[in-house]
Amino acid sequence: MLGNLKGLMVTFATFFRKPVTYKYPQEHKPIEDRYMGFPVLMWDEKVEEPYCTGCMVCVRYCPTQCMSAVMKDNPLHAEGKSTRRKIVDSFEINLGRCILCGICVDVCNFDAIEMSHEHELSKYARNDNRTNLPRLLEMGRSYQKESGWKPKPVKETKPEPETKTEEAVEAEN
Amino acid sequence: MVDLSTEGQLDTVQMMVNMGPQHPSTHGVFRMVLWVDGERIVDLEPHIGYLHRGSEKLCEGELYVQIVTLFDRMDYISNLNNEMIFCRAVERLMGLAVPERAEYIRVILCELNRVASHLLFCGTFGIDAGAMTPIMYAFRDREKIQSMFEAVTGARMMHNYIRIGGVKGDVPDDFSQRMGALLKVLRQGINETDKLLSFSEIFLARTKGIGVIDAETAIAYGMSGPSLRACGVPMDVRKDEPYSVYDRFDFGIPIGEKGDSWDRYYVRVEEMRQSMRIIEQALEQMPDGPTITPSRLVLRPPQGEVYVRGENPRGEIGVYLVSNGADKPYRVKVRPPSFCNLMAIKELLKDTYIADAVVILGSLDIVLGEVDR
Repeated sequence: MLGNLKGLMVTFATFFRKPVTYKYPQEHKPIEDRYMGFPVLMWDEKVEEPYCTGCMVCVRYCPTQCMSAVMKDNPLHAEGKSTRRKIVDSFEINLGRCILCGICVDVCNFDAIEMSHEHELSKYARNDNRTNLPRLLEMGRSYQKESGWKPKPVKETKPEPETKTEEAVEAEN
Repeated sequence: MVDLSTEGQLDTVQMMVNMGPQHPSTHGVFRMVLWVDGERIVDLEPHIGYLHRGSEKLCEGELYVQIVTLFDRMDYISNLNNEMIFCRAVERLMGLAVPERAEYIRVILCELNRVASHLLFCGTFGIDAGAMTPIMYAFRDREKIQSMFEAVTGARMMHNYIRIGGVKGDVPDDFSQRMGALLKVLRQGINETDKLLSFSEIFLARTKGIGVIDAETAIAYGMSGPSLRACGVPMDVRKDEPYSVYDRFDFGIPIGEKGDSWDRYYVRVEEMRQSMRIIEQALEQMPDGPTITPSRLVLRPPQGEVYVRGENPRGEIGVYLVSNGADKPYRVKVRPPSFCNLMAIKELLKDTYIADAVVILGSLDIVLGEVDR
């Protein structure tokens, strides 16, 4: 009897507290800064082109093989406006298959891909979450605006050992 | 298995009852075939494999950095503990040292994960016994832990934060303050859940003396973790074979007396308090420094094999890793605690009433993602 009464006291005490629930569709839980939503591609505002060069390192390290990328010669480089010799031609991420692990962001050498705060992607058809390059860049721009994202400062050193290893591995194969 | 014929004599007829795989209180997709005589369970046969994804085989086709994501999804309630055990296995195989600060971050997050896991258990165990209120309180507190994880790791459940050689990144600047506030809230929350459920007469009647298992049988079945400690065996990998920095903390191992369902429940409640003691000490001792030992992206551990064990919220988890020197492991074998605990279900459920089956199964705190892998 006493045990039950103690329990009832707890429920009684909670009557006077603020509710902790969010009424979800109307009200959203605030997102933390580090929140990893779906990956998006970033936009270089200085030269008006994507950071991505289509080097496919993220494609190779994706555990679920949810992305694909195609590289092309950069027309802006020929004009002398950009330092990127190659640029992404097409890029597709099947966000329905993405497991939000963030490995693509870790392996990217160009700050081109980033985990956005995008997380509500309900669609009507199964393939509607296959996101192409213009959509990914649009999502990236809105994330840049929202979070004040800046590319990492350029290091004045040689390429990182990771990149080297990567090339060495490629050469071996 | 059981003779169902009555042979013309006046006798009770045994009936087969299918429990699961869609039964809500099997905590996943677990099927039990029960043979009952009236209300009593005469025999049972557990069927597993409904959530089998072939994780161990999948590991053989993935790079070492990618396997961490598979371990996340094995025991989906204590992800960080699972990540840690795999990373430790690779680190030991490669002889990779982990920075001090990374070890402390790992321990803090793993213990926080243990509290979250046990809170979920307290809630669902209440539901199994017929109490609807505790899960609301337990989830309220667990939600705060999830938010904390979101702030540190970037994800609420599938973190991929603990990496081979350390952790992904340093904790946020306001980590200590936020953790202090969180611990205060958690302590109060756990006391509330404890008050609501633990000594309620109805709950005591449903759980005391139900599903008793003695220490010898439990050890023979390979039980571990809180389910074994409830039988009075003070076995904890964190104490017996201290890994990471667990030898630097002062914490106790709560043990039960009888090995019944209530003991299995209350050991977990006490364990949450001990976990919070560890977190407090770790926050005080946490040194500055790097958080990861840089290693290559494509890891090629030397040829060899290693077995590493650690303490999960559910018991002792072990990883047996064989490498043949390639960039992918030759074999990854996991010793899952829930699977070994679940195998004692036949011993626990025999000669009990069918109404207690759900309570006893719930008291083992199984996660089917880990049982089936």
